Amino acid sequence: MKNLPNNPFLQDSLDPKARKWEEFYRNRWQHDKVVRSTHGVNCTGSCSWNVHVKEGIVSWEMQALDYPDLDPNIPPMEPRGCQRGISYSWYLYSPLRVKYPYIRGALLDLWREARAEHDDPVHAWKSIMDDPAKRARYQRARGKGGLRRTSWRTSKEIISASAIHTIKEHGPDRVVGFSPIPAMSMLSYAAGSRMLQLMGGVNLSFYDWYCDLPNASPEVWGEQTDVNESADWFNAKFIAVMGANLNMTRTPDVHFAAEARTNGSKMVVFSPDFSQVAKFADEWVSVNAGQDGAWWMAVNHVILKEFHHEQQNEQFLNYTRTYTDSPFLIELVADGDDWKAGQLLRAGRLDRYTEEENNEWKFLNWDRNENTAKMPMGSVGHRWGEQQGKWNLIPKDGKDGSEIDAELTFLGDHAGVAQCRFDDFADGEKVTRGVPYRTVQTSDGETVRVVTVYDVLMAQYGVGRGLEGAYPADYDDEKAVYTPAWAELYTGISRDTLIRFAREWAVTADKTGGKCTVIIGAGINHWYHANLMYRAAIHALVFTGCVGVNGGGLAHYVGQEKLAPMDSWASLALAKDWYPASRLQNGPSWHYIHSDQWRYEKNGTDYNTVPSDAEDRMTDSHTIDVNVRAVRSGWLPFFPQFDESSIELAKRAEAAGAKTKEEVVAWVKDELVSRRLKFAIERPDAPENWPRLWFIWRGNALMSSAKGHEYFLHHYLGTHTNRVGQDLAEDAVQDVEWAEKAPSGKMDLVVDLNFRMDTTALYSDIILPAATWYEKADMNSTDMHAFIHPLAPAVPPCWESKSDWDIFRDLSKRFSEMAEKHLPGKTRDIVLAPLAHDSPAEMAQPTMADWTKGECEPIPGKTMPGIAVVDRDYTNLYNQFVSYGRIPREKGLGAHGTHYECTDFYDELQATKPVHRWEGETYPSLKDAEDAANVVLALSTVTNGELAYRAYKEMEVKTGLELADLAERHRSVRTNFKDLQARPRRLHNAPLWSGLCADGRPYASYTYNIERMVPWRTVTGRQSLYLDHPGYIMFGEHLPTYKPKPRPDEYSDLIFTEAKGPTLTLNYLTPHGKWHIHSTYGDNERMTTLSRGCEPFWMSVDDAEKIGIVDNDWVEVLNDHGVVVTRAAVSARIPEGICIIYHSPERTYGVPKSPTRGNRRAGGHNSLTRTRLKPNLMLGGYGQFTYHFNYWGPTGCNRDTHIVVRRLESISY
Amino acid sequence: MDVRSQIGMVFHLDKCIGCHTCSIACKNIWTDREGTEYMWWNNVETKPGTGFPTRWEDQDAYKGGWMVEGDELKLRSTSKAKIVPNIFHNPAQPSLDDYYEPWTYKFQTLFDAPEGDDQPTAIPISKITGEPMEKIEAGPNWDDDLGGSNIYAKNDPNMEGLTAEQRAQMLEIERISMFYVPRICNHCLNPSCVAACPSGALYKRGEDGIVLLSQEKCRAWRSCIPACPYKKTYYNWSTGKSEKCILCYPRLEAGEAPACFHSCVGRIRYLGNVLYDMDKMREIAMRPEDELVDAQREIILDPHDPDVIEAAEKAGIPDGVIESAQNSPVYKFVKEWKLALPMHVEYRTFPMLFYVPPLLPVMSTTQGDVVRNDLDSLFADIDKGRAPLEYMAKLFSAGNLGKLRYSLKKELAVKIWRRYVTVGDIEEEEARRALLEADCTAEEADDIFRLTALATTDDRYVIPPFQREMAMEMIIDPQELKAEAGFGFRSAPKRS
Repeated sequence: MKNLPNNPFLQDSLDPKARKWEEFYRNRWQHDKVVRSTHGVNCTGSCSWNVHVKEGIVSWEMQALDYPDLDPNIPPMEPRGCQRGISYSWYLYSPLRVKYPYIRGALLDLWREARAEHDDPVHAWKSIMDDPAKRARYQRARGKGGLRRTSWRTSKEIISASAIHTIKEHGPDRVVGFSPIPAMSMLSYAAGSRMLQLMGGVNLSFYDWYCDLPNASPEVWGEQTDVNESADWFNAKFIAVMGANLNMTRTPDVHFAAEARTNGSKMVVFSPDFSQVAKFADEWVSVNAGQDGAWWMAVNHVILKEFHHEQQNEQFLNYTRTYTDSPFLIELVADGDDWKAGQLLRAGRLDRYTEEENNEWKFLNWDRNENTAKMPMGSVGHRWGEQQGKWNLIPKDGKDGSEIDAELTFLGDHAGVAQCRFDDFADGEKVTRGVPYRTVQTSDGETVRVVTVYDVLMAQYGVGRGLEGAYPADYDDEKAVYTPAWAELYTGISRDTLIRFAREWAVTADKTGGKCTVIIGAGINHWYHANLMYRAAIHALVFTGCVGVNGGGLAHYVGQEKLAPMDSWASLALAKDWYPASRLQNGPSWHYIHSDQWRYEKNGTDYNTVPSDAEDRMTDSHTIDVNVRAVRSGWLPFFPQFDESSIELAKRAEAAGAKTKEEVVAWVKDELVSRRLKFAIERPDAPENWPRLWFIWRGNALMSSAKGHEYFLHHYLGTHTNRVGQDLAEDAVQDVEWAEKAPSGKMDLVVDLNFRMDTTALYSDIILPAATWYEKADMNSTDMHAFIHPLAPAVPPCWESKSDWDIFRDLSKRFSEMAEKHLPGKTRDIVLAPLAHDSPAEMAQPTMADWTKGECEPIPGKTMPGIAVVDRDYTNLYNQFVSYGRIPREKGLGAHGTHYECTDFYDELQATKPVHRWEGETYPSLKDAEDAANVVLALSTVTNGELAYRAYKEMEVKTGLELADLAERHRSVRTNFKDLQARPRRLHNAPLWSGLCADGRPYASYTYNIERMVPWRTVTGRQSLYLDHPGYIMFGEHLPTYKPKPRPDEYSDLIFTEAKGPTLTLNYLTPHGKWHIHSTYGDNERMTTLSRGCEPFWMSVDDAEKIGIVDNDWVEVLNDHGVVVTRAAVSARIPEGICIIYHSPERTYGVPKSPTRGNRRAGGHNSLTRTRLKPNLMLGGYGQFTYHFNYWGPTGCNRDTHIVVRRLESISY
Repeated sequence: MDVRSQIGMVFHLDKCIGCHTCSIACKNIWTDREGTEYMWWNNVETKPGTGFPTRWEDQDAYKGGWMVEGDELKLRSTSKAKIVPNIFHNPAQPSLDDYYEPWTYKFQTLFDAPEGDDQPTAIPISKITGEPMEKIEAGPNWDDDLGGSNIYAKNDPNMEGLTAEQRAQMLEIERISMFYVPRICNHCLNPSCVAACPSGALYKRGEDGIVLLSQEKCRAWRSCIPACPYKKTYYNWSTGKSEKCILCYPRLEAGEAPACFHSCVGRIRYLGNVLYDMDKMREIAMRPEDELVDAQREIILDPHDPDVIEAAEKAGIPDGVIESAQNSPVYKFVKEWKLALPMHVEYRTFPMLFYVPPLLPVMSTTQGDVVRNDLDSLFADIDKGRAPLEYMAKLFSAGNLGKLRYSLKKELAVKIWRRYVTVGDIEEEEARRALLEADCTAEEADDIFRLTALATTDDRYVIPPFQREMAMEMIIDPQELKAEAGFGFRSAPKRS
């Protein structure tokens, strides 16, 4: 032993040897490797994590810190992460882990019995399906224990047999799949959707189903959602947070808001409760629940009056003129002695433009130079015309190129002032207000009165400007809608607080060039009239020039819709590399109808306020009838399509002599028109139209995603239910066949891929053990930041689990083997498709004509759904699955209306990456998820600079603008999967997204439109403040407006509910909570420990006192839909009249029985919800109101629900 | 001058989200073993509230920290005379009820339950006894987000001494507020836990001031538990040794921030060493309560002062450590800017974790059904904030309102100044007046803004060089260690 030195600094008072024990904790910290991964479902965080492995076991995770650099004057993104993400490693080896395949015992017994009798698995499956008693036997057992461990071999055999049986017996569109938002593990999603689409099965949408889709975004911008990344909040100088609890749901991002405050940004939080984010606010505005729309309507009143009319703020006016439809001309139509605003005047109505192509879809401004109506470029008619290069926002006439100096208002110079009628839905009245008009001569000699959108908006918002009519006297006029005094009655917030807010807002926007941001979330979007509340807030942004500006805009973060490499990914995920036609279903309609929730309500107008003089039956009918209309007219999809199998139909077509695809289409059309062939939606409860086989992966479709969970249990699954609601619809419905007895147990087989035993797994028939997010390769992106990064296996899939990719690939293989006998050769399939956004179908239906009523010609793809013929190759389904097909190579790729060629890169993949060979052809391989990742990365514009350049070049042709410089500098950049594993990569500028983000500039939506004059994908190409769709006019939503919240008595939540002892009725809210991301994480030990071991029922101190509830007491929460039993959390931060159960608990742990509902196991938060759809969100074939998956359609709103609560003395499990 | 180096910490509460990511980062790595289930070396509390363990601030019950008796500084919890009788029963020991009974669920039921006529559910079971628990009654974060609870907020010990009006305010939705306080071991300059340990198991490391509890020497007397006024030592019932926050020295020694710092997504945390003068400790510890904030600032030395540097060198402090102290963000927040305050400095342990107090939303007034936010400028004056300053002063400045007001006023002035710079809807004159009144210059305001908002990991955590070779060479030749480290058997602490 050498002489060891002594150092006073280190030794201090202690013998150094006494510190040898310190290695105890050092040993714990030591680890063997660190692998980058992330959390793969339903969280916008998209944080990069370092997973630490010790002795081959994942031991913990810590945040990665190596994000791409942002502008140095913006706070960096690190460390990103949250309490939920960092608890994930608990799952891997936990007792909740699904380690092996499981099957419902009752089904396995039946299967064994059937297999003993039938050598062929498909025949065996059929024998069970054909016997109602057998079917009921295992359905009844769903969710009630009796699971048994089984093998992959048996599981795959049963699933494949069921798929083949369903396709043969009922048609492929009775096979469905649900998986939530793909962005967070896009390849795991793609695996299932690819298999389904190759089969002809159906993918259910998610964004609208969750009610995360803000319909106002397609309404105003023609965009599903595009928002600024959270780093851009730092640029905002005024931040209004409404319905968004940033601490809860944007945990890794909220620091940008906090940091903005230090930099002098003002932050105002709107929330009925003193929410966690209210703590950050300069001002907390305790707005009454669901009344935010009233607030913003009055804010707009103040902004328009003071800054537009009185001050004539040039910046605001120029923005409004250039970037909105405000200067567009509306035709006034007579309304008794008065007038009302109708549709936009079409350019084709004027002599000057009669020769112009698509002139029904080109519109007019009033040009101050020529003092006449002229046709600006950039509208939808220019987008889809033969003439290229005129789809832009340059203020020039589309015909002759002359300058247009558009008039915003006719206030100064007009032919007269028309008294126009406006609906006041708040009071159920109509008001008449003067609007200045001009006249134009149409080519048929008629003189029509035209007004600008701007003047109509001014009138709607009640800005009098000295005009006659029922305008408010002043801000204190509380009788007049949209004054600050009026808003006070609804919001509970004083008028002077509102006026000060509006002024601070507008002054900030003026001083900063539009740096005001509204951060908005589910707290707004989940109300029935969410689209109206959103539009009101959007108008405040637009009128002050805040959209398309860094630091400005509507920051909607609900759900995580942004799958960055959408262009290449979609081709792979939807198997468009093999078949152009896919079956994509809007989830809300599907669940509303198939889970029979429509049967439990009467007319939609029972709770939706519509104009009292609305003439069309649409505004006064049962919602399902509107949905039927929407399907017939091609506005919305519906699967199954037909009242019979699409494959049998193709055979019938062939038997009838229809050989070519064109002949088949014509024949099917005739069958539909003659009404010999029905749509399945017209007989929703007929057994031949039930969905049969349901794949669920990456999600909790039966619990956290199941609005109307108890209806799912009964109608889908055929097991017990705690709902007490009864059929109400019989007398209200007209266009659907009424089944006397609602079916129970529609689903033959429910298959769940899962890593944990959640509620969906518990209720499924077969549970396949899925690899966790630390055990597989995948990719992840979000709208909260502009980079893409990987999931990667820190350890191989544990126990018998496999990645989603491998599971669906392996199922495809077994399916193909079985198909050799049952579905050999080519199988012809007929696919219906709704009219599609970002296609010429945006110009399909200028009026709402119904071919079934003889109001128009039935034309597939124009007045009715498109009809496509697909020849499926079931025996090669596996080969197709693992090969990237040729269509992208031949036709190129694109998304959101972009397009680019990629043949060279396809060939490069084939030359340099793994390939798959079959039937003499060679294809890039998709056998492993990493191969698929490399195909996506190589062919997307956001990760391959050359392709971004090409896509801009194509946009240059379409728009006549110079754009390719946006990609010039990153043209040579390529990204592959290994690059992502090394470090998250920032995305390129690319035209499929509306924001620009080069050089560390925070991504902000619509900066591309504002800075480069590229139109929005709307009717006028501008931000649409006026929605002139005839259906919108019919429903009174063409103008921004306020509609009252549906009342509980109108909403049929509490008709049949028992009241026992002291109870209280409360408005039931389910915002996102602190201890879970949806239902994930909530059941792990970290989260249950830091919460209260349950999802409590939050209520106010005063309400609790009324019925004798003390904090942590057991409570029973009931309505017609179901029941929850949990414990109360009593706090003064909750206002009277509302209650909260944070989304989303599981039924799997700590849930007691419900004494009131038969002493059965109580449910989860979705036991108390039922879906109601909003009919005007079903319209289609008209500009931005044209269907696209997750882009358009009604949403599964749930905020307007009411419950009763009572205290429970004791509980039992 | 007896110069020592100490790792200091700042938590910027104006930025805290209350997310608890920090708590879990810690738990995953350090306290996920049998015997440690209930330990939360890092926890986060909602204020007002009773915290964890419940009402830990009630020193009448728990007897933590030091008190001045005449010219003596004494432990509240114990004295030589009391040690022996208290060994077997110490009335100030928190019990399991003051913490909570750790629980889990019988998840296996979900896989194993035979087919029945109702859905199975995994029932809660105790992690200690394995027995079913019908109702979970307490947890480590029980009053989370309950701000305004008529049970928990009302029983917050800091409420004592407030006026009835102030107490009522914090329980009404119209005037309610809440904020979050993350807590770890303060690695105090004058740690009462160290003083109370009869076995000498607790010590303060010479090189960094980290307070450690030797897993060899601990004899389970548990004297440290009442003695620590912050209740940050915990008894491991499985090993029979107490354990506490180690400030992740294995990570610090490798140049990485402690796990709870690393994981802080609110980016509220700062870490860096400061130099202090041990010779002054006794004197400052005796100062009157309202001078304690200043006293603690006094003992921290200016690392740029040549005399300090010379004395530090004499004390064997390496150059790199001195340089690191010069760049310490903690020094800036605590000493230069006087923004960060010690929590409950009246316990006289001189915690080395400092808090920047939060600015809270403006108070509302209610007339009938209508709520009004009374503001005549863009940002509310600190007196119009939603938590009574007296309440916050009890937490962060031993009740000294002036010290608290100084911090909040400066935070607000920085905002006003930056508003003027970035927007300009506040007049320059007004912005400069706000700075002046807050004892702040424009340069300082910009510096505060940058360190608060733009700081990267490297700015937030300035970790001094640990010179591990120097530390280890007192025990073993580093050349040998390089070759031998890791061979051998791990041994767990043994009950003694």
